[in-house]
Amino acid sequence: MDFTYKKPEALTDVRTHYCPGCGHGIAHTLIAEVVDALKIRKRTIGVAPVGCSVLAYFYMNFDVTEAAHGRTPSVATGIKRVLPDRIVFSYQGDGDLAAIGTAETIHTANRGENITVVFMNNAVYGMTGGQMAPTSLIGQKTATSPNGRDPETMGPPIRMCELLNTLDRPYHIERVAIDGPDGVRKVRKALFTAFKAQVEGKGYSFIEVLSPCPVYQRLSPVDALRFVGKEMAAYFPVRVFRKEGTIINA
Amino acid sequence: MAKRVLMNGNDAIGEGAIRAGCDAYYGYPITPQNELTAYMATHMPEHRRIFIQAESEIAAINMVFGTVAAGKRAMTSSSSPGISLKQEGISFLAGAELPGVIVNVQRGGPGLGNIAPSQADYFQATKGGGHGDYHQIVLAPNSVQEMHDLTIKAFGLAEKYRNPVMILTDGRLGQMMEPLTLYTGRPPVMPPKDWAVNGARNRSPNFIRSLYLVEGELEALNIKLQKKYARIRKDEILWEDRLTRDCDVLLVAYGTSARIAKGALTVAREAGIRAGLIRPITLWPFPHTAIAKAAERAKGILVVEMSSGQMLEDVKMSVNGQVPVFFEGRMGGGVPLTSTILKRIKTIARIKKRR
Ligand SMILES: Cc1ncc(C[n+]2csc(CCOP(=O)(O)OP(=O)(O)O)c2C)c(N)n1
Repeated sequence: MDFTYKKPEALTDVRTHYCPGCGHGIAHTLIAEVVDALKIRKRTIGVAPVGCSVLAYFYMNFDVTEAAHGRTPSVATGIKRVLPDRIVFSYQGDGDLAAIGTAETIHTANRGENITVVFMNNAVYGMTGGQMAPTSLIGQKTATSPNGRDPETMGPPIRMCELLNTLDRPYHIERVAIDGPDGVRKVRKALFTAFKAQVEGKGYSFIEVLSPCPVYQRLSPVDALRFVGKEMAAYFPVRVFRKEGTIINA
Repeated sequence: MAKRVLMNGNDAIGEGAIRAGCDAYYGYPITPQNELTAYMATHMPEHRRIFIQAESEIAAINMVFGTVAAGKRAMTSSSSPGISLKQEGISFLAGAELPGVIVNVQRGGPGLGNIAPSQADYFQATKGGGHGDYHQIVLAPNSVQEMHDLTIKAFGLAEKYRNPVMILTDGRLGQMMEPLTLYTGRPPVMPPKDWAVNGARNRSPNFIRSLYLVEGELEALNIKLQKKYARIRKDEILWEDRLTRDCDVLLVAYGTSARIAKGALTVAREAGIRAGLIRPITLWPFPHTAIAKAAERAKGILVVEMSSGQMLEDVKMSVNGQVPVFFEGRMGGGVPLTSTILKRIKTIARIKKRR
């Protein structure tokens, strides 16, 4: 997999609305690079969530549709089933994927839909102003956990890779982190594996990307990268959980 | 050759969808529409089409969203509580201007209610249901034949206007068996879908959205939608007119209630009472003008519904206080009786003529 460092064709040439230090723009670029590398831009269809990345269709230079909050994988299912030769992926935040859309997430994975799910876990609700997410860390202060997340009343953070890894049908499950240049390269590699699996008709793939949100993680951009790489990764282990359909033990 | 078969209403909808070229059906079990989901489970794969039993009604309507966004035909069905769950998805279809067919085989409510036939979802179906200023087209069959025929029509309308279409029926019509002639024509012609998200080959990328954040953009979308709704109101209103030319008593009823009202009408005519019936077939757009015209020389109107009187409001709006409007209805799964309707017809017939 060779990448040239230039603007990918699969990315439009516009300024994004993302805050400085946000992980969404990086993830968009990586997806676009993978789409270019696999030469699938003209048959790729993205499903954008309700969340900070709701406007992803302005940034991606291929077909993209919106989905109601949390129903992103159902919309992706509805597309992929009738256009099985297209490459369909959903792109979702943690509120979208692990709270309001948990049922859709689990059942789409359980059916083994031949789609790719990109799960942007930034441990907060970005779009609505920094509320607690299902993945907010214990003790993490947010607009709706002002004294820190208390697992006694709010439950502990949910580990989605681990949860989905109990299902039979997923082909590839991996957690990566945008925590610095090396992390970014690994995110791209994981996305490449996942999209390639779909191109080859192997089945469902799930890439969880631990991602910085300096504004609502309440940190400087540099500290947000450290938060992702150290604190988030301590709770959400960065590794491959499922490879070629086989469970990988830690 | 047209084929005559015996079928229940739910199956007739399913077979109609298949003959209309429905590419994918997504459902979730709920009585009294289960026959339809089972029919699709058996027959969609035979035609190499897609069937998924979704994890919920919410998932099902959003699978419909995906399939129609991809430029293909899709349907989902449910009954009242499940249709409530679909409302956000229907609003998204309307906002994104996507086709899509939704079947509501109504049952008694509110809440979990019961599994008896009902018409209590009229407001939800015709006045919005979900959030925002939108309308879905609502078709109300009153026989197994119409369950079939209107399903085919629904797919055509949905694509003609890029708008969701609901078939609003009830558990009685869903479960009832009647002979019908199966549709043997071609599926409705598919207009070119240059807007679909099906891969940006030889064109620039498409995107589908209902989000408009730039000042004035959403208002512009709404104005566009209202213009579309005006066109639908102008061109697509359907109703059945029975003996209204000389009627003193005008009955207005749809679906199952219309069948019962027709029974009462026949008996009334035999007794020498000049009764007539308007049966709206499209509930939105509503045949306001047809009702106003049929009521011109009537002493009164009797609206018959299996609800507390929901369509009643549209009928009153049609005549705008010019003719007295009465109501006969049952709620919670109750079905109006011919004898009760007849009694009401007789009372109205005795009213002294206006003017
Ligand atoms: C049905 C519904 N409920 C709530 C919302 C409000 N809402 C918009 S985005 C969002 C959560 C966004 O958080 P996340 O999915 O983690 O994505 P992020 O913005 O952090 O990228 C919520 C609750 C909505 N649009 N629709």
